[in-house]
Formats: sequence, C-alpha cells, structure tokens
Amino acid sequence: MNIVVSIKQIPNLTDELEINAEGTGLDHDALQYVLNEFDEHAIEEAVLAKEATGGTVTVIGVDTTGELDGALHTALAKGADSAVKITGDFPRGTDSHTQAKLIADAIRGMSPDIVLTGVQAADDRDGQIGPMIAAHLGVPYVGVVTGVQVKEGKAVVHKEYAGGVMAEFEVALPMVVGVQAAHQPPRYAPVSKIRQIAKTAKIDEVTGGAGPRAGSTVRRMFKPESAGHAEMWEGSPEEVADKIATLLAEKGLVKRG
Amino acid sequence: MAVGLDKVKPEAITEDKHLVVQGMDISGHWNRMFEQRVSWDYDVDNLDRVTDLPGGESLAWCYGCAKCTAVCPVDIVGDYSPRKIHRKTQMGVDLFNSDDLWLCTTCMNCLRVCPKEVNMIQIMPAVREQAVLEGTTVPPELQKAFEDTAKHGNPLGQPQRKRADWTKKVGVPVSIMKDLGRPVDILWYVGSYPSYHPRGNDAACAAARIFNSLGVDFGILGVEEKDDGDSQRLAGEKGLFEMLAEQNIAAFSKYEFSRMVVTGPHEFNAFKNEYPKLGADFKVLHYTRFLVEHLDKLKPMLKKPINLKVTFHDPCYLGRHNGEYDAPRQLLRAIPGVELVEMGRCRENGYCCGGGGGGMWLDSFTKEHTTMRLSERRVREAAEYGADVLAVCCPFEVSRFEDAAKSTGNDELMVRDILELLDESMRG
Repeated sequence: MNIVVSIKQIPNLTDELEINAEGTGLDHDALQYVLNEFDEHAIEEAVLAKEATGGTVTVIGVDTTGELDGALHTALAKGADSAVKITGDFPRGTDSHTQAKLIADAIRGMSPDIVLTGVQAADDRDGQIGPMIAAHLGVPYVGVVTGVQVKEGKAVVHKEYAGGVMAEFEVALPMVVGVQAAHQPPRYAPVSKIRQIAKTAKIDEVTGGAGPRAGSTVRRMFKPESAGHAEMWEGSPEEVADKIATLLAEKGLVKRG
Repeated sequence: MAVGLDKVKPEAITEDKHLVVQGMDISGHWNRMFEQRVSWDYDVDNLDRVTDLPGGESLAWCYGCAKCTAVCPVDIVGDYSPRKIHRKTQMGVDLFNSDDLWLCTTCMNCLRVCPKEVNMIQIMPAVREQAVLEGTTVPPELQKAFEDTAKHGNPLGQPQRKRADWTKKVGVPVSIMKDLGRPVDILWYVGSYPSYHPRGNDAACAAARIFNSLGVDFGILGVEEKDDGDSQRLAGEKGLFEMLAEQNIAAFSKYEFSRMVVTGPHEFNAFKNEYPKLGADFKVLHYTRFLVEHLDKLKPMLKKPINLKVTFHDPCYLGRHNGEYDAPRQLLRAIPGVELVEMGRCRENGYCCGGGGGGMWLDSFTKEHTTMRLSERRVREAAEYGADVLAVCCPFEVSRFEDAAKSTGNDELMVRDILELLDESMRG
C-alpha cells in the first residue's frame, strides 16, 4: 500500500492577523506558519491506515515558507516513512491551483494507491487542492471524510453530510481523499523525537515547475467593519420596556395601542 | 547484570596495596568478604534497562533502608517511594510501562535523606523520556500539556499573543522590552501561570505594583516570552524543554539587562541550573530574594497591618532544590501584624504541593493512585496549625491550594502569594 499525504502550512490563527499594505491579502512576513489542522488529520488517518494494513506513508508539500522541513519532520515522528518537499519560487500563500498541479506532477511517478489531504485549509477556505489533484491524476475524489479503511484494492470511506447524516462509499483505488477528521485525534509527536529525526532524516527535494495561474484573485481583504452600533438602555424594566415599545412603533414594526 | 554488582559507586571502592587493620596485615587482593551479596533470584533485565540509561544509574545503588519512604510526599497519601520503585523494578516490574512512573513530583526529599544518593530527579526524567519517545503510556492529560506548550508556548493552551494581556489590569505601567528600546536593570520573566491564570494574574499585578513603588527599572518580554519548560523536562519531554530554552535564550539575548527576576521557583531552577548548560549566561533571582535586597525601602511602605496567622509553604524548587528558605520568611515577617507560624513539615522537610515534575498536569491521574491529593494533605496541615493564611511564592500553588482548601472543607483558609500580601499591606 502506497499512501501519500499532501500537506501545506498556513498562518497560525492564534496570532494577530495583519493585512498587507495593498489590502489584498495577509501580511505573510508578520505571521508564523503552522501545519494546516486538516492536514494533521490527513497524516493521522494515513498512519492509522498504514498501521491497519501495512504499507508506507509519504508526506509531500510545496515549501512556500522555507520552513516546511519542520512540518515534514513532525510527520516522520508521527509514523510517516518518507518526506518530500517541492521547492522553487513559491511564496507564502501560493494559490491552490498551483499547489495542486505541483503535487500531482510530483506524485504521479510514485504511483500512489491512495492520496490523503486535508479537506480544506483556513488560509483560503478553497477546499480545491484535493479535487484538483484527483482531476490531474484522473482518479476519483471523496471529500469531508471522517474515516478511511483500505482493503483489497478498494477504500471504504465515511463521508459526513450536514444534519448528522453519514454515508459510506466504496471506491476503487487509486483515489484522493479530502479528510475532515481522522477517526482518532491526531497523535502528539514528542519534540524530543522530532529533534532526533531532524538530525538524521533525509527529505527528498523536487524542483517544481511553473504552475497554472490561480482561478481567482482577491480584490480586497479587510477585517470586519462595524455596520452600526449598539445602544445600551438603562433603567427599570418598565422604563426599558417602554423605550423598546416606542422604538418598535417608530420603526413601524408594531402599532402602539 | 546480577543485582549487587553495581550497588557501590565504582569510584567509592579503593584497593590498598598494603593495609593493616587492628594490627592484622590484610594486604593483597580483596577477597569475597568485601564483595556485595549477589542475588540471582530475579530476572533483573528491567532494572538493567533503567540503570543503563544516562541518569538512571543510581537506582541500582539502593540498599533498601527506606529512609526515603518516610519522607516521600506521595507515600504519605499513597503507596509509592523510591525504595518501593527499586524493589519492584528489581523483582521484574517494568517501570517504563508502570503507572508509578508518573507519580514522582521530583520534590527531592528522598535525595536529601538517601545515604546512597539514589537520585530520582535524574532517574525519573530519564525513564520518562523513553516512555515519551515510545508514546505508549504517557497519561493523556500530561500529553495535552506537552502539546499545548509545543503549540502555544505555554501549558495552559492560551494564545501566545495574549501573554501580556494581564498588564492591562495592573493600573501601573509595565514596559515591554521590545517597545522600550533601551537597557533595563531588571528583566522580569513573568512566567506562564502569572501571565495567564486568573489567580496568577493577581500575583503578577501585585509584583508590578511593588516594583513600581520601589522604583525598580524593569521590563518584561511580553509575547517574546515562552514557558521555561523545566517541568516538561522533568516529566520526560526533554526536546520540548530544549526547544523552549533555545527560543527563550534567543529572546533574552536580544536585550540588555543587569539581572533577571523570576516569579516562579521552577523558572528560577531552569535559568539558574539548566539554561547555562545550553549557553545562557545571566544572573537570576527569585523575586523573594530580590525584594529582600530592597527590604529597608520596602518596610516603611508596608503600612496596613495584616493581623492574621500566616504559615508558609516552602516550594520544593526554591527550598530543597536551590537552598532558599529565608527570603520568603523575611518578607512575611516584615508585614506588620503577621504572625508567622511554621508547619511541622517545613524548610528542608517541606511537604510537596504535588505540582512539580509534571504533577501540575497529572491531577486526575495522581488522584486515582492516592487517597488524597498532595495539595489536600498540605492544606489540612496548614489548618491543623491554625493558620488563617497559607502563604506561597510559587505560581503553581495558589490554584492548587485554593482548590484543595475547598475540596477538604477548609474554605476559611486563605491562600495568598507573598506578593499579594505585600501589595495589600502597601496599598493600605
């Protein structure tokens, strides 16, 4: 079983997010980057699949931060077998079209049985990397998956619908899965282990070619602007109730008797 | 290796070429009467696995005198002591996968009395580190604290960017080094619990007001400060400790300061004894010692009498680990009205609150293996001595003891950081 996990790093949402001077995106230089949470689940689900059925897990990503090694070392500490990074002139926040193409090109030759990736990432909320990898490779895609079981050339995946409804798909391999959540919480990789691995592990490097242009561009990025204001009324319940009734009448919502 | 061959530290054995004892010449090779009894009864592989680890060697030196059992704070509320650990391991129990591994708080009272220098402060972290690397038996609540520390720089899992938010509550200016842009006399390392825990905030605010009143030229690191990581190290996550130490040392070295003052004894221990091994070079003081230096100036400011019976809990990492017993008591005695009473277990024999060595993040786990929490035993002792106030100077302790006072029905016992008592007396 050849399992491949596609990952990417996104801004740390516990930091204060700054908008760039042009007002078209985040100020990437002011941000710290962490692994996309959904990709953490994809790694966990991949390692669980490997533990259940055997095989190898390869973790791959486009190095948009210059710091992808840390994320790859963490994945190795969690049980991945090899790590690949795609290098080139790919700045932070590189669009999903470009990343999907680069990853599809890099993994085509690996003949993966199953590719797992986070169903989406908080930086662009695009959710397109998984489907686009599947399209480039010409294989099926199922997203919003909360559990994967692999056996005999097929994968049984659980997909989560709205309203608490679940569906079970049986899909012929190879395929791409967009992971919503692993069926166990992502395991903790001790920093001791990550640091050991960082000293010895080899990360394969692939030089990425030119990617396609993004499907869309952000015209303006901004923090929520307050559209109105709230007025706090004080006084006895009777006084406040009277004010509310008067206001509702003024707005024409009720008639005062 | 058989039990016994390694019981004596090799360097402690000397062989004299010529020796006359009580008129009898016993020169020549030592014979069997000088050797340790060799026991072949047990499979000692598990003991060897511990003693083969760097730091684990001294477990083999135990000769079962049980002095440690009498002073072990965990044994007082449960069935656990270094001697018992040695005996169980000798008889084949696998410490790496035993619940016993997580009960030691590294309080060091055993080492204080041990004639053989069996050092649990080295043994436990060494074995725990292997357990953490294997990832099989680490209690989930401890693992969560590791994960939160790795992700957010503090074991409470609070956002790093909010680390200096407490300063908004102080009412006096607290300068952040990055904004200050000049050298300071004192770099105050606030610490995670004073920065984030609501009761820790109270002590931090009190410290800021006291420093301001004394005219101390100080600054804090704000969002550049990370947890010291020492308790995580003792709980087995050495890599996490090293990562935090590197980040903190990098932040410290960005600024010029004459000395560092820390709020907590664990940070004091880290910066005084562990960070220098990683290249740090600065002078650090616990706040109690720093304030004692200013006692002449501080005393006239302590206007409001606090007419209460106060007892003091010695933090393990200030007292036993670093030998500071007097500064906290000098500060308490300086407060008008305070009647200082000592508990039976005080100073060198101070009882552990249960928070050290990772115990801070093992509350539910430890509770399952003990008849009561260590903190509960301690507040009962404070109440037995008739104290109105249990005074502390470690940020782990305020919340631990306040919870314990409630859970043991000693609600009337007030738990206060010495900083809070000083601040109260100063503010009148």
